[in-house]
Amino acid sequence: MAGKSISYARYGYIFSVPFVVAFLIFSFYPIVYTIFIGFTDLKGLINTEINILSEPLRNFRTILSMDSFKKSLSNTVIIWIFNFIPQITIAFLLAAWFTNRRFRVKGQGVFKVLIYMPNIITAATIAMLFYSLFGYPKGPINDAFMQFGITTEPLNFHLQKWTARGVVAFIQFWMWYGHTMIVLIAGVLGISPTLFEAAEIDGASASQIFFKITLPSLKTIVIYTLVTSMIGGMQMFDIPKLFLLGGPDNATLTTSVFIYNQAFSGSYFYNRAAAASMIMFVIISILSAIIFFTLRDKEEIQLQRKKRARIKAAKLAERGLAV
Amino acid sequence: MMNHSMSAATNVMKTVIYIVCIFFAVLSIFPFWIMFMNATRGTFEIQQNSIAFFPSTHLISNFKILTGKSFNPLVGFMNSMLISSGATFCAVYFSSLTAFALVAYSWKMRQPFFTFIMAVLMIPAQVSGIGFYQFMYRIGWTNSLWPLILPAIASPAVVFFMRQYLLATLSLDVVNSARIDGSGEFATFNRIILPIMKPAMATQAIFSFVFSWNELFRPLILLTDNEKYTMPIMVSLLRGDIYKTEYGSVYLGLSLTVLPLFIIYFLLSKYIIEGVALGSIKE
Repeated sequence: MAGKSISYARYGYIFSVPFVVAFLIFSFYPIVYTIFIGFTDLKGLINTEINILSEPLRNFRTILSMDSFKKSLSNTVIIWIFNFIPQITIAFLLAAWFTNRRFRVKGQGVFKVLIYMPNIITAATIAMLFYSLFGYPKGPINDAFMQFGITTEPLNFHLQKWTARGVVAFIQFWMWYGHTMIVLIAGVLGISPTLFEAAEIDGASASQIFFKITLPSLKTIVIYTLVTSMIGGMQMFDIPKLFLLGGPDNATLTTSVFIYNQAFSGSYFYNRAAAASMIMFVIISILSAIIFFTLRDKEEIQLQRKKRARIKAAKLAERGLAV
Repeated sequence: MMNHSMSAATNVMKTVIYIVCIFFAVLSIFPFWIMFMNATRGTFEIQQNSIAFFPSTHLISNFKILTGKSFNPLVGFMNSMLISSGATFCAVYFSSLTAFALVAYSWKMRQPFFTFIMAVLMIPAQVSGIGFYQFMYRIGWTNSLWPLILPAIASPAVVFFMRQYLLATLSLDVVNSARIDGSGEFATFNRIILPIMKPAMATQAIFSFVFSWNELFRPLILLTDNEKYTMPIMVSLLRGDIYKTEYGSVYLGLSLTVLPLFIIYFLLSKYIIEGVALGSIKE
């Protein structure tokens, strides 16, 4: 028995094989293939011939000079901002209330379940539902507005740029603030309770506790939420696609809808869509890199910090000696 | 005196909090309530007043109009069910296996592999969509359900969650004693590790299922045969001109696409909320 040792390391490799194979086939190869198509003349529904362009960057140049692409980028940013600011504000407010020990809000379980609910419902269905809710001239929202005397005649939400964008941003907000709230609550509950107790004993007010203890402790989680929301915002597809098909006048055209329209409608410009995908990929990669570095091993960062502090202390001591 | 005024202020604040919370709860329910109620109301009723708090009697006639056109809820339900169940099985089983490889064995590439999984965590389907479509087109897999199921074998986010769970719960003694009993490594995984992971698998199964059920982009580019349509694609049919004035049927169609989700949600909401909270603590 003794001395008989078998290395099991190979099972680590064997059990990772399905993941790696599926990743290579369904993610890696399609990405490489997309990059390749970006440099070719592939277009048309039934065309199977691919030739690399004599001027390889032409698709990228075309895309970057297209007004609708620029518009799709700015729309994506505008819609994202109008969704994210209320989202994080209200999520924070609710998280602060639900975790506050002085208020002891009852029925939290029910509130959480209801507020989170829109997040798991099909986005496509929600987009179409809101299309009906904001119907013109008759629709639930217009009916309610007229009944309460907010407006005297029905509003055509679908025809005006800012109301259309506003509704898309609202849907996005409405689907995600519950999720953000739960993430923030989990973060607050992760903070050591002794910190709060000490602050309370020192007579800190609720807002002081929030800004001096809660917020700084949640820094990582807030950055994480911010960046995942930005990446999610870049991908926004289902809602603008089904709400107003990118209209009116491209006001709700997002980058993903732009890519879809290039490749799967009109002239079937797969090559241009691929080039636009790559531009989007670069933007998302930069955002991902930010999150990756902020979530890096915390201990490592702390070790580095301690090291730096020690060096600083040593220097100070040296100077002190010199003086 | 001071205590009294402070508790009065707290009470005012508490009232404000409840009002705001109830407002948001109603905001969540209201659109869906209108949707379910209008699904039972006739077009004429909806034109008279599109807000109703109680159901009416036109459910069956709405259903007949809905299915009399292009919308076939049974086909959509079956396809969505097949894809979501298949993808959920793949995501949960193979992610557990990958997580087991990452936790139970020390191999040279373990750390680089994990770093790699973290790095690809955020890559969305859209960026590779064009290449994915062309690849599937060339091998004749458009209008097949496989390209919507098999990619779930590589689900980085699920692997990440499973790894965290195993790190917290798995004692390597379990694996070692199984070895002494003569169990093979793969058998150990299936018979001993998987049962340990049940709670994590249940949580991730819910999320994988919902994610798959709701997905629009990949099904929309791959499936053109209406016998293969999934529920979210069916939704896009409701936008067509043939349903333009059939308000009740549109609301019914929308209700049918999300009914399974509502059932899942209200049965499992406790685990779902817990799962969101757990998944968020990435430190």
